[in-house]
Amino acid sequence: MATIKTEIRSGVYYDSAKLMQLQRSLASLPGIQDAGVIMGTESNKELLAHINLVTPEVENAKPDDLVIVVRGEDEKSASAALSKVDELLTARKSGHDQEYQPHSIEAAAEMLPESSWVLVSVAGRYAAGVAREALRLGKHVFLFSDNVPVEEEINLKQKARELGLLVMGPDCGTAMIGGIGLGFANKVRNGPIGVVAAAGTGLQQVTARIHQLGSGITHGIGTGGRDLSEKVGAMTFLQALDVLTRDPDTKVIVLTSKPPSPRVAEEVLKTARKAGKPVVVNFIARALTTLQEDNLYFATGLDDAARLAVDLANNPPKMDDNQNLRLDRFAPGQKYFRGLFSGGTLAYEAQHILANYVPKVWANAPINKEYKMANSMVSQEHSIVDLGEDEFTVGRLHPMMDNELRIRRLFEEAADPEVAVIMLDVVIGYGSHPNPASELAPAVAKAIETAKKAGRHLEVIAVVTGTDEDPQDFNGQIELLKNAGAWVDPSNEVVVRYAGRLLRALADRESSTEEPGGKPVDLTTLKKPLAAINVGLESFAENLIAQAAPTIHVDWKPPAGGNERLMNILERMKKQA
Amino acid sequence: MIDIEKANAQAVERFMEARPVVTGMGKALDVVPGMHENLLLHAGPPITWDRMAGPMRGSMIGALLFEGRAKSPEEAETLLKSGKFEFSPCHHHGCTGPMAGVISPSMTCYIVENKTHGNKCFSNLNEGRGKVMRMGAYSSEVIDKLHWMESVMAPTLKNALEAAGGIDIRAVLAKALHMGDDGHNRLDAASVLYTAQLAPYIAKTARDTQTAFEIIKFLGENALSILNPVMAACKTMTDAGHNIEGSTIVTVMARNGTDFGIRVSGLGDQWFTAPAPKVKALYFPGFTEEDANPDIGDSTITETAGIGGFAMATAPALVTFIGGAPKDAINTTLDMYEITYAEHKQFTIPFLDFRGTPTGIDVRKVIEKNLPPRVNTGVAHKNPGVGQVGAGVVSAPMKVFEDALVAFAERYGF
Repeated sequence: MATIKTEIRSGVYYDSAKLMQLQRSLASLPGIQDAGVIMGTESNKELLAHINLVTPEVENAKPDDLVIVVRGEDEKSASAALSKVDELLTARKSGHDQEYQPHSIEAAAEMLPESSWVLVSVAGRYAAGVAREALRLGKHVFLFSDNVPVEEEINLKQKARELGLLVMGPDCGTAMIGGIGLGFANKVRNGPIGVVAAAGTGLQQVTARIHQLGSGITHGIGTGGRDLSEKVGAMTFLQALDVLTRDPDTKVIVLTSKPPSPRVAEEVLKTARKAGKPVVVNFIARALTTLQEDNLYFATGLDDAARLAVDLANNPPKMDDNQNLRLDRFAPGQKYFRGLFSGGTLAYEAQHILANYVPKVWANAPINKEYKMANSMVSQEHSIVDLGEDEFTVGRLHPMMDNELRIRRLFEEAADPEVAVIMLDVVIGYGSHPNPASELAPAVAKAIETAKKAGRHLEVIAVVTGTDEDPQDFNGQIELLKNAGAWVDPSNEVVVRYAGRLLRALADRESSTEEPGGKPVDLTTLKKPLAAINVGLESFAENLIAQAAPTIHVDWKPPAGGNERLMNILERMKKQA
Repeated sequence: MIDIEKANAQAVERFMEARPVVTGMGKALDVVPGMHENLLLHAGPPITWDRMAGPMRGSMIGALLFEGRAKSPEEAETLLKSGKFEFSPCHHHGCTGPMAGVISPSMTCYIVENKTHGNKCFSNLNEGRGKVMRMGAYSSEVIDKLHWMESVMAPTLKNALEAAGGIDIRAVLAKALHMGDDGHNRLDAASVLYTAQLAPYIAKTARDTQTAFEIIKFLGENALSILNPVMAACKTMTDAGHNIEGSTIVTVMARNGTDFGIRVSGLGDQWFTAPAPKVKALYFPGFTEEDANPDIGDSTITETAGIGGFAMATAPALVTFIGGAPKDAINTTLDMYEITYAEHKQFTIPFLDFRGTPTGIDVRKVIEKNLPPRVNTGVAHKNPGVGQVGAGVVSAPMKVFEDALVAFAERYGF
């Protein structure tokens, strides 16, 4: 049977809203049909009368009495409800200390001014707009969203480059900045290796292996899978490479990606060569022509890249930079290579190696028929002439025995104002000329002298193939050539690569105006403790907070609720402004 | 090409520079522009009797009984249906009215003058809480109280206000926000300050001590005494920023219990309307959401001017209406910063390091963030004659802002 129970409390004050809340809570308790919580004024008592909650106690209540009345299904539930009053009055809402979630990056940035990063993982059609807003506020962007049109990606990355900001993505799953993982990332120790990767799992595999091998990373920068495509042109990759080059804590750089566009890969490698520190390159499925080329170390896979990087970090190689090439010695316009070989295989290897440094190498005995010299007697651009070929040996001794033809050709090449480097091979041993350097060295000296008189520097380089037990006196031959001004080494590869570096540096000197524009990324934004703004997947914010990185999650909604017409109006208004 | 930023800056600057002062009182027929014998003003955008909500019909009936134009509610209803009376929004006549907002020709109104820009606005007297005409009640006790207010309180208040040289509403509000008021739903502090400023002059000008006693008691016990002049004051502020070419700032938000309407500074006197939403509220004993009329009243002029729900962070005690913690009050204000153009120079929030209240709703930001303005409000019973049933919070319908943005784009060629 329904029972009405009343409790009167004198001399207490509660805000009327608090009382209404108590009333609602009481009414929702099990077995309670209705409840009234009022201060005992006449008009309030009338209200209770309307809903038949009047008892003698209620009628006697004074205006400053707190009146609590409940009607329960039975006596027990009514009493139980009244016993809950104190608990309900002091109850606190859950989520009481939950932080305020702003609705825009702008408001979040005001709350966390030290934030340098915005993580974006909203639906693709809105992602570019959100990323643009982040850039406008001067933040780097980690763009996890996919289905962002490539035109938007290009637009964002151009804008970012102008502002000296990074847009990692779209479709970038992983990044690690100063020991903090963004998106999907492993807990990797800090260390001397910086990684730039197009795709997320590549970055995770390489950095995890680096950790397992006992080393660690400075930063792992993701670029998104399309960054190395022809259209996007590695905009983020190049920025990342540049910032890691400038980072003194990064001793070794690793570059990894799915198969890039060949032209873009060349562009990336060209920049990597200028890093002044070892760069390990792993472009999956790109054929290796060499394992090392100056500061570039080509890895056969992700694991190899990690291993190489750790080795290089532990045993830093001495870095030659272009300073040692002393380019200032050369006159403007000097840029070509002329190889005057006596040995066919040495000439072949020279062609193969030089092809990594210059676009085209002509030869009278070319590896690739396309590059056959029109006339073996007349060099063109970069040329490698094997003087042991038939056209030169008709009626004459092989150049390993007779230097006359080679010396004449040396003087011809030296007179060409576009020639910078002339290479000779000097092959000694049984059967060869008894003292080739005695004839070649004076010619080298004369060629250098002639060029000097014309205001040029001629770099004559020579490989001497032989042993110290050969009859010609190996060391004496080298000595003679060096004294004549030649750069000499017993390794054909070393000599050709030296030439390659020179030629590349000379070519870069001529085309140095085509440097990509924009502002360099401010290294300090990567080095300071990471603070971020998260728009999209809330778990990304939770992960950052778990790593003790201050993070504000934005309670983001699609602009105009996704209404295209209204969004377009807003866009047009913004453009006008 | 128009410069929206410049126009908005100008509009909001005028909101904030306005200094409304209650200077006196007068009969609506004498002081309200366009008022005539057969004109009844009401809250919100324009509405016909057919579509009029219960509480507003109740108020209209109460007004005719008060005016002596009808002897019974039935007679009043017949007259109101007959077309003899013209209905017009308060906002079309420089007025604002809480809840039903009915102002009839012989009601005495506050005159609030913006001393900075010279414009004036008007509002009627507040009846207190409970069974009141503004909530749609029209029983004899309601009408009797109105008659007492009209014959005893109004003349005395008029003399007292004039003797006091006016009351600076902006100054009272600025102080009250630091005393736990939001300036709309919670005006406990402001009403006490108002009463305290007037009491000496009431004592001085009342015809006898009994009259002074009754009036001071009435004002002092009514936590909403100052609501009506506050609303008129807010309207002088937003009116000062109205009709700025190219501005996307909202200058009126008002509801008639059927429709929710807004006006925008750069779009003249056009209303943008949508069905008035239900209020998320706590109810008085015996009432539920079933009994509630949709959102009603001109009092959202306070939010339009940068206080009320927008200044919720100054009034944490109010959060119990939304069943939340004080943090929710802070968050409501923080949310409103996202859709407003400026931070108020006069009204500040101690808890937020004296940051100015969010001021000047920008239609663009409301759409962009998909975040409608939030309003604190009372709730009237849906039937005529009952009165208030609760209080709570409500969000403005997005449609009015969407329509306004489209109209703006058409008007200015975006």
